[in-house]
Amino acid sequence: MDTRIDHSVALAALVGQVSGEPAMGPHLVNEAMIVHWVEAMGDANPVYVDDAGAREVGLEGIIAPPTMLQAWVMVGLRATLERESARASGSAKSGEESANDTMMRLLDEEGFTSVVATNCEQDYDRPLVLGEQVAVQLTIEAISDVKTTGLGTGRFATTRYDFYVIPPSTERSGSAIAAEVASAERIGTMRFRILKFAPAPRSAPKPPRPLPSVTQDNAFFWEGLKDGELRIQRCTSCGTLRHTPLPGCGECQSLDWDWIVSAGAGEIYSHVTVHYPQVPSFDYPLPIGLIELDEGTRIVANLDMNPDDVKIGMRVQASIVAFDDELSLPVFAPVTA
Amino acid sequence: MSSHRFAGEVAIVGIGATEFSKASGRSELRLATEAVKAAIADAGITPDQVGGMVTYSSETNPDVDIARALGIGDLTFFSRIHYGGGAACATVQQAALAVDAGVADYVVCYRAFNERSGNRFGAGVQGRAPIANAEMAHLGSYMPVGLLTPASWVAMAAQRYMHVTGTTSADLANIAIADRKHAATNPKAWFYEQPITLEDHQASRWIVEPLRLLDCCQETDGAQAIVVTSLERARDLPNAPAVIRAAAQGSGKGQDMMTSYYRDDLCGLPEMAVVGEQLWGTSGLGPADMDAAILYDHFSPYVLYQLEELGFCGKGEAKDFIKDGRIEHGGALPLNLHGGQLGEAYLHGMNGIAEGVRQVRGTAVNQVEGLDRIVVTAGTGVPTSGLVLSSDA
Ligand SMILES: [Zn+2]
Repeated sequence: MDTRIDHSVALAALVGQVSGEPAMGPHLVNEAMIVHWVEAMGDANPVYVDDAGAREVGLEGIIAPPTMLQAWVMVGLRATLERESARASGSAKSGEESANDTMMRLLDEEGFTSVVATNCEQDYDRPLVLGEQVAVQLTIEAISDVKTTGLGTGRFATTRYDFYVIPPSTERSGSAIAAEVASAERIGTMRFRILKFAPAPRSAPKPPRPLPSVTQDNAFFWEGLKDGELRIQRCTSCGTLRHTPLPGCGECQSLDWDWIVSAGAGEIYSHVTVHYPQVPSFDYPLPIGLIELDEGTRIVANLDMNPDDVKIGMRVQASIVAFDDELSLPVFAPVTA
Repeated sequence: MSSHRFAGEVAIVGIGATEFSKASGRSELRLATEAVKAAIADAGITPDQVGGMVTYSSETNPDVDIARALGIGDLTFFSRIHYGGGAACATVQQAALAVDAGVADYVVCYRAFNERSGNRFGAGVQGRAPIANAEMAHLGSYMPVGLLTPASWVAMAAQRYMHVTGTTSADLANIAIADRKHAATNPKAWFYEQPITLEDHQASRWIVEPLRLLDCCQETDGAQAIVVTSLERARDLPNAPAVIRAAAQGSGKGQDMMTSYYRDDLCGLPEMAVVGEQLWGTSGLGPADMDAAILYDHFSPYVLYQLEELGFCGKGEAKDFIKDGRIEHGGALPLNLHGGQLGEAYLHGMNGIAEGVRQVRGTAVNQVEGLDRIVVTAGTGVPTSGLVLSSDA
């Protein structure tokens, strides 16, 4: 049963609504911000920084880069975070909630709590020049039906930003700005499209592989693998190799031993392909080999090859693979001639 | 040539089992209690006469619980045997030894589990970190690789055997076809009236290549119990005794639990040769004297190995030996006449012993006419055991 909250009707009602009162940029169009911008953008066009250069191409002086359009009305990170926080906690009073805030809240309530910007298009009516005061007015332009995307299910929302130049002033109420904007010259627009979505549930992470039973007799083998070595136990009395590890030598009864480090080369003595049961720690079909090492013992190990290609007698070479911090294993692949 | 003193002096006199199902609906202890009760009744004795109890170390039902539940009195002998299904015939051997030694007069052997509805062996060994001890250290070394199940452990040896001997998957099918043919006429069998063809076998899905679903035994809920006493006492009881001509355990060179992968070759089960040598040496009988055989069949390939190790055919010849109906009812060496563990039920080999007893008594559903001697084996790939049973002639 789909119990998802559906705000389709309320959202549709928001489309076309102006979002709150217009906002005025905190700074007039100024040379310092332009210099930082072109520096960061790597834009060497003299018309943004050199009055003489600007006049040479017929301008009346320095102009602001058109792509700075939104930069002139940005309020800064702290203020943005405070507003986002108020919206998320629901502490913004309804009277203070703009259409854009309402839209975001409704989308959150629908479960579309994640956001990603998908498109940003700007249109410029004319360039901005030094000393101009920019104001912006937001309008909800479009909210899509629920769509399923690669990121998850959600809605696309497009907000249109209309930018105006109004007479400079340090103190102005929201309604006063609105009054100015009503009769102001529009100098550009921006359409900003986002996807608000519920992240697709990730498939459960693969659980780690089972660990071996490590005892004082076999710890050297498992520790060796963690150090990237395939160690094979050797009787120091008669030199017989043995695997899996044991405390004594069946050939000469000596309890003294050390190990050699195998070169990891050998051939497939036998093999299986596991199809069932399928344990989540592994990928199936799962080829496993019994490898006869050139040094003379056998070892059971995973095979890095197509199960159908595995043949008894095939030459293989081990690599030591760390599956996680606690487990490293030799994995054998065919030797290509 | 070995000669065990108890051989020929002891007998199986009672058998009892529950139904064999996929969901018993009752506790394993209840199943064990029912089977032991039935076996005691079949033997024609009373619970207070039972002086010994033997089971597997993998059994979850304590002998003393069953004893209390059934009014079994003082126990003077109780023991458990290791290595899974390898314990089957060894329970009877231990009972025989105790009886022959005068330690107990009547000994009950039993095995009970909800192996299908409860803890499934086929689900594989699971969990991140096994216990750190020597018993887990060996088998535990295969867990990180994903070799987790009995089928996978057997398949690794079988692939080599098939490569060396030229045995094919279609050859293995002969084991499953014979088992299912016998189960088809055994009302107690899970696969009663469900024989299979070669095509069915070849179409069944891979479990672990080279083993298909129909190469693998069932998973079963159920219980089986067996009563052992001296032949002398047996002669006064209602059922014809199944005389224990030989009973033996065996572990071979390079022995591991299920994964003896470091032996000179993987085409034999040296532990079964150790068992066979004792069985034939003690009984004075040989493969040619057997009228039928119950060979442990958790996975089909190891039946071929056993035929070779017990001397029914030469090394590498089993694939031809099992052709043309030789191992089916009416053939020269009918195998697993109850349907085996592929067809009747997987009771860790104990149901096979019961079938051996029925064949000797002459009461089996797929009775071999005039049967006098039968060999029964226990779990393979592990230290194992075997029996030769005969009539009291
Ligand atoms: Zn040595």
